Amino acid sequence: MPEKAILMQGNEACAEGAIAAGCRFFAGYPITPSTEIAESLSEKLPSVGGKFIQMEDEIGSIGAVLGASVAGLKAMTATSGPGFSLMQEGIGFACMAEIPAVIINVMRGGPSTGLPTKTSQGDIMQARWGTHGDHFLIALIPESVKESFYLTIKAFNLSEKYRVPVILLLDEAIGHMREKIFLPEYSDLLLENRVIPMLPPQWYKPYEVTPDFITPMAPFGTGYRYNITGLTHDEMGFPTSKENEIVANMNKLRDKILRSAGDIVDHEALYTDDANTLVIAYGSGSRSAKEAVEYLRSRRRKVGFFRPITIWPFPEKELAQIIKKVDQVFVVEMNQGQIIDVVRKVECFHKKIFGINRYDGEMITPNQIISKIREAR
Amino acid sequence: MNQKQKSKTTKQPPQKTEIRLSGSGGQGLILAGIILAEAAAIYDGVNAIQTQSYGPEARGGASKSEVIISTNEILYPKTTRLDYLLALNQESCDKYARDLKEKGLLIVDSGAVEHVPPVHSIRLPLVKTAREKVGRVMTTNIVSLGALVGISHIVSPKSLEKAVLSRVPKGTEQLNLKALKLGFEMAEEIRERFED
Repeated sequence: MPEKAILMQGNEACAEGAIAAGCRFFAGYPITPSTEIAESLSEKLPSVGGKFIQMEDEIGSIGAVLGASVAGLKAMTATSGPGFSLMQEGIGFACMAEIPAVIINVMRGGPSTGLPTKTSQGDIMQARWGTHGDHFLIALIPESVKESFYLTIKAFNLSEKYRVPVILLLDEAIGHMREKIFLPEYSDLLLENRVIPMLPPQWYKPYEVTPDFITPMAPFGTGYRYNITGLTHDEMGFPTSKENEIVANMNKLRDKILRSAGDIVDHEALYTDDANTLVIAYGSGSRSAKEAVEYLRSRRRKVGFFRPITIWPFPEKELAQIIKKVDQVFVVEMNQGQIIDVVRKVECFHKKIFGINRYDGEMITPNQIISKIREAR
Repeated sequence: MNQKQKSKTTKQPPQKTEIRLSGSGGQGLILAGIILAEAAAIYDGVNAIQTQSYGPEARGGASKSEVIISTNEILYPKTTRLDYLLALNQESCDKYARDLKEKGLLIVDSGAVEHVPPVHSIRLPLVKTAREKVGRVMTTNIVSLGALVGISHIVSPKSLEKAVLSRVPKGTEQLNLKALKLGFEMAEEIRERFED
């Protein structure tokens, strides 16, 4: 139901979405272009009984977030490239110890300190493989202020449900853009909360392999004493080097995500029924791509559009269904080509796949996309 | 969860108006863009989008804020061809004047911009008015908004006033209203001169 219209920034929408999702703890270190998320939550959190803390750096921030989550709160942080690099160790720990947490990375130009105030989509692969080891996690990427609000809520829901760190990737253009949104009644929102053990503490196995691979999580300080470690562990949470327990641990971390892909993965497809050309884009680039697609269709070109909303796990099955019907594919990215390799993996019959890339700190334009598609004919 | 945006189509200008406010960092241009977008999107009830671009400096350096106002959905959020350009320094005037449409209008600060390129343009004492008549040079952004909207009517003056009041820091309302009024008056003089 449309409530009052508000002019809101992408970053502010993330903060508002976090409050709506029940987030009650934020630890972070300010960094452009994500700072407004922290700024906004430093005002909002205390007024709903939550805690906001500015830490000494991003390593401390992710540590504080994981601690708060283990103690039972929905917790998050927000950062950009350089800070996201520092958080990788903590993100890996959260994967291994199955600690829910939401990490927002508002992407700016890189590598290193790069372009603090400019936009980029350079961290797509870092979100997937930034932390070491053979791991699985979830990453979402919004294209608007409204979607920033709803995907922040979805990030918390997935994180709580699957006990996994969820990364929300904005790019600077989305983070700093202001547009009109209608906020819903928060009591109407569907919120997930982590499952709490029903068993008495002495029977609780904190990492038990259950049929759906999701183990109830006891908040620290409630009488359930258990071990949390980054080491490969058994069902009790203690380090193990027994082959069968190692494999069980690794498979659990994988299967809880991949076997639920149907619940996790989300995408948007437009005009794909008659398309012979497909444009794939995500984040702010998809706005330009949609405008390009609309224009080309008005010129009777049979162009379709595909946008991953969940970028990890990538909607491979959904894309495979669409891509088999087209002759050529264009992948629009504000980097030098990261998702294009995933698309090549989905489409292994060597169809024509072209990248349309921009990495000078500015948003890719509809005209750039239109002329590349025309050139390729 | 999917709300249709209701855009009340009043007697708005063409379909799409593109505005760029430019100058140096610290002149309040990003806030001015937010106020303009809010006047359009919230109080006039059409669609509007605001984006910004600035350097890593806290003050100085080039700064610009862009607003697109449209009766339709806005996808690509940046401007391409400008209907209005506000330039508060020479650098931004030189850099951006070429982005104007043929019938676009350039508004420059008469004190800061000496050389005006050969486009439709108006020179106004924006900084001077803020400094001498309002008494605070930091209200240049609001004086400029008043002048821009008074000349162009891209949003209704009443909506602009509401948006100014909702966005300026508490305690500065009267000061900013005065700045806005002086901007409107400046526009009024220009309009009269054109009608004569």
